[in-house]
Amino acid sequence: MDLTNFKEEWKYTNISSVLEKAYVTAPSEVSAEDLNAFRMPGHHKANELVFVNGRYAPALSQVLSSENELVILPLKEAMNGFFRDLVSSHLNKSADYIKDGVHALNGEYMQEGMFIYVPKGLKPQHPIYMYHVLDGRQAPVMAQPRNLIYADERSRLQLTETYATLGTSDSFCNEVLEIIVAQDAYVEYYKLQNDVAHASQVNTTHISQIGRSYVHTVVISLGGGIVRNNMNLVLDAANNEAHMYGLYLLKGKTHVDNHTLIDNKQPGCFSNQLYKGIADDSSTGVFNGRIMVQPDAQKTNAYQSNKNILLSDNATINAKPQLEIFADDVKCSHGCTVGQLDEEALFYLRARGIPREKAEVLLLQAYAADIVAQIKPMTVRAYVERLILEHLSVG
Amino acid sequence: MLSIKNIHARVEDKEILRGINLEIKAGEVHAIMGPNGSGKSTLSSVLAGREEYEVTEGSVAFLGKDLLDLAPEDRAREGLFLAFQYPVEIPGVSTTNFVKAAVNEKRKYNGEEPLDAVSFLKLMKEKMAMVEIDQSLLSRSINEGFSGGEKKRNEVFQMAMLEPKLAILDETDSGLDIDALRIVANGINELRRPDRAFLVITHYQRLLDYIQPDFVHVLYKGRIVKSGTKELALELEEKGYDFITEQIDLAALSGLQ
Amino acid sequence: MKENQDTLDLTTPSEYKYGFVTDIDTDAIPKGLSEDVIRLISSKKNEPEWMLEWRLKAYQYWLKLEEPEWANLHYPKINYQDIIYYAAPKPKKQLNSLDEVDPELLSTFEKLGISLSEQKRLTGVAVDVVMDSVSVATSFKEQLSEIGVIFCSISEAIQLHPELVKKYMGSVVPMTDNYFSALNSAVFTDGSFCYIPKGVRCPMELSTYFRINTENTGQFERTLIIAEDESYVSYLEGCTAPMRDENQLHAAVVELVAMEKSEIKYSTVQNWYPGDKEGKGGIYNFVTKRGICKGNHSKISWTQVETGSAITWKYPSVILKGDHSIGEFYSVAFTNNYQQADTGTKMIHLGKNTRSRIVAKGISAGHSQNSYRGLVRASKQAVNARNYSQCDSLLLGDKCGAHTFPYIEVKNKTAIIEHEATTSKIGEDQLFYCRQRGIDPEAAVALIVNGFAKEVMNQLPMEFAIEAQKLLAISMEGSVG
Repeated sequence: MDLTNFKEEWKYTNISSVLEKAYVTAPSEVSAEDLNAFRMPGHHKANELVFVNGRYAPALSQVLSSENELVILPLKEAMNGFFRDLVSSHLNKSADYIKDGVHALNGEYMQEGMFIYVPKGLKPQHPIYMYHVLDGRQAPVMAQPRNLIYADERSRLQLTETYATLGTSDSFCNEVLEIIVAQDAYVEYYKLQNDVAHASQVNTTHISQIGRSYVHTVVISLGGGIVRNNMNLVLDAANNEAHMYGLYLLKGKTHVDNHTLIDNKQPGCFSNQLYKGIADDSSTGVFNGRIMVQPDAQKTNAYQSNKNILLSDNATINAKPQLEIFADDVKCSHGCTVGQLDEEALFYLRARGIPREKAEVLLLQAYAADIVAQIKPMTVRAYVERLILEHLSVG
Repeated sequence: MLSIKNIHARVEDKEILRGINLEIKAGEVHAIMGPNGSGKSTLSSVLAGREEYEVTEGSVAFLGKDLLDLAPEDRAREGLFLAFQYPVEIPGVSTTNFVKAAVNEKRKYNGEEPLDAVSFLKLMKEKMAMVEIDQSLLSRSINEGFSGGEKKRNEVFQMAMLEPKLAILDETDSGLDIDALRIVANGINELRRPDRAFLVITHYQRLLDYIQPDFVHVLYKGRIVKSGTKELALELEEKGYDFITEQIDLAALSGLQ
Repeated sequence: MKENQDTLDLTTPSEYKYGFVTDIDTDAIPKGLSEDVIRLISSKKNEPEWMLEWRLKAYQYWLKLEEPEWANLHYPKINYQDIIYYAAPKPKKQLNSLDEVDPELLSTFEKLGISLSEQKRLTGVAVDVVMDSVSVATSFKEQLSEIGVIFCSISEAIQLHPELVKKYMGSVVPMTDNYFSALNSAVFTDGSFCYIPKGVRCPMELSTYFRINTENTGQFERTLIIAEDESYVSYLEGCTAPMRDENQLHAAVVELVAMEKSEIKYSTVQNWYPGDKEGKGGIYNFVTKRGICKGNHSKISWTQVETGSAITWKYPSVILKGDHSIGEFYSVAFTNNYQQADTGTKMIHLGKNTRSRIVAKGISAGHSQNSYRGLVRASKQAVNARNYSQCDSLLLGDKCGAHTFPYIEVKNKTAIIEHEATTSKIGEDQLFYCRQRGIDPEAAVALIVNGFAKEVMNQLPMEFAIEAQKLLAISMEGSVG
């Protein structure tokens, strides 16, 4: 089977080289020391959920919140127990939107996934950090993480996800995370991708706002081999609000494809999207941003902006913003630009004695700053700022 | 000419006009003043026929016709003109083209032939001089990129072109510097006729320094609470709205007791 | 708003006024497509052997292809064996002057507002008229030839200027380019040919008027325009068809070649029969239009006003090969009732310091679907490529759709590409403002829509612009506000 069927959706990303490889998927032994190198600041006060080769690793994880605040169960158990109805009515809605073989492949591993539930009216004391560790120390490794999160009415969820490959063999992480957001819930979601060049991903985050709620997402992509991010937001209740941000700073041969969808299904929703990218060396940045406004979604306000900077003649930017509008009383717009660093600003800095390379780093940092500023928790933001500075300063 | 009887109006569920009575005769200039939120702009919107406003009670007769029964464009063709507080921009449509469409629609309604290009341009020249407006402005997309003063002058220019029987000026003075205010007021004064009436809606007295009203009414909480001559406007200028509104509020309170 | 909608709903849509059929003797071949049919077409046109070979090669290639499905268009499968590939008004003898044209034909074009009689014409527009499969008349030919401009039907060009046709036909749109260009290459029957020699500024607008008349006929015309160094030409194209219940296929190919410092301005007012209110009938319009700015400092500008056709699939493009070359695309696409349009452009930047500009205005009404699809590509060599695109959509009514699919591909770090798109409906404030000045809602909508399309209309030659504005108003009648 051709896993990237639906050609138009894979127009600018060819992952056949990734899919053709032979991978092991077996569980492996990862120690706390192995993990320490990737731990994010603030982890002492966070619920840390660790997944090794796609499977939940309780021994490495730390859940600080009480069971009344945060429920963490294997999906298998949730499907048969108390949460049966909830899980069965929401699981795998992503498949309605993503019909390719890569997504279907993940579905085969659904049994291994976890279910996370934030009860009504609760704000867990501690944020959630999710680590995906792929152990490539022996052989090429593949992981198929599959998780479902339900943020119930009036609850609050703050989640940061990150990825790490151990060893020198190739890794491929094909993740599907679904987040259901109920009435008056507030969800912040952060994704940090700073993995090694031989780590590839197809990363699907599918968020459904089933009650009037607020969602805020930021995706930061700094590293990896071929990375495809499917970020879907389904606004399935009236007057939903969603904010979607992304930053991709690419070097080497990294290829990052941000594929976003905002599906306005009900009236009066507001969404604002800003994705910014920089492509250097032989890297490729892809932005495919789709906004749909269904016939019932009158009074939709949807704004999208995508900005790119090319730093090298071997780098590529491909952008495909899309508006598909079936309701008339709407205000929708998108803008997309590809350009360079402001030469005037660069000259100004150099005239003040700052060497060109340093001046460039400063300007690139400034360019990235309005996305980074969207990361609300200070610890995570400071961490990302540090990663970006390191990333820009090296070679 | 205009007879407003016990008008109540609301927008969505909020009642804004709560029983307004007003008689305007040909040749008269009436000023309506009042604090923010008193219902001044609602009154002009109801008279012009904005559909968000629902009239729940009362009647309005205009030159013997039931005004509320007419579509907005027919009210205009009957001779009612509203100078908008915030004139909208229509990209790609020049003022000249727009005014030509409006003038000819009105002529058609009155069973007259459309104006030919020569007479139209002649008429335009004449009225342009009156409001000191420039040809270049009229060639541009209507109101697009106009300054506040240009927008208001454009409204007065359109009024001159359409020769209404009743002109409602909705806060035409707002956002104008003193020179623009003088030009706009002069334009309006030029248009005063024995057979034409004006309803001037304003927050401040200063416009009335230039346009002498025959009557001044104070609107508060959806009702006309005081009427008088231009001296009332001066009194308001001096003492502020509070001196009237406090009395009203106190009276309302004592009424409750 | 409710009341406005009612008012507009009540308005009867005016009839498509070009929907009549001319009763004229037609020489048509039987339905269907095969090598024999292609041989027949070629022999009817008395073509040289090389042309026939070219056609057969295209046909063989076409057989291997599948109809494209990526556009945002939905229509039943076309049966290519159910189409007549050649129909010509009889008799088609060599005409010595326009006076010899069948009077019935002349009156048809008079009815369409196209005067072929040179004495009667006041404006300096040379016209080539194509009815069904063949060119029936070309005006001002002699005056043009005095300054070296060749303006004739493509059939004539194949006979008289084979070296030019051989050199350029298929050089911009190869027969292998796509499904419809391959089909056209196999069966094209006529079209216009223009050649502007070096240093000549064509003194009049050149124009072709296309008319489908015969039932079940497909129209496959082919237009080729070559502008030599430092020349200039403005070319206009118009089209209409009778009202019929069946869909008719139109698959044209247009190629433009602009040499150094030359400029080609190509304007289209597309008014093929759009089908009726229920979506029955109408032309399927699958057109490949492409120009190449071959020489440095050359310029190609496409302007289109698309109001007709049941289905429109059309992307007039520019390949910016010469350094400092300029490509422009100005488009108004109006869809009403059940019309579907998927139209836009491709700007392929190859040369240095190339510039392109895209202004696309989509207006959807009724149950129609209107998509903009456009590609801007800056290749690795395209140093300092610049593009600015603005795509705006206006929705009239809540049963139609407006879609925007831009593709931006940049491989050069000195390129600057900007794209902006907006979608909205007519502002209620604008509508009320007009009504307060005594303009009725329908006229107000027309006024606002014309304003919305103004930037594109301004690009049309004066005479055409007035025509296009009227056309837009007619197409809009009966649409919901």
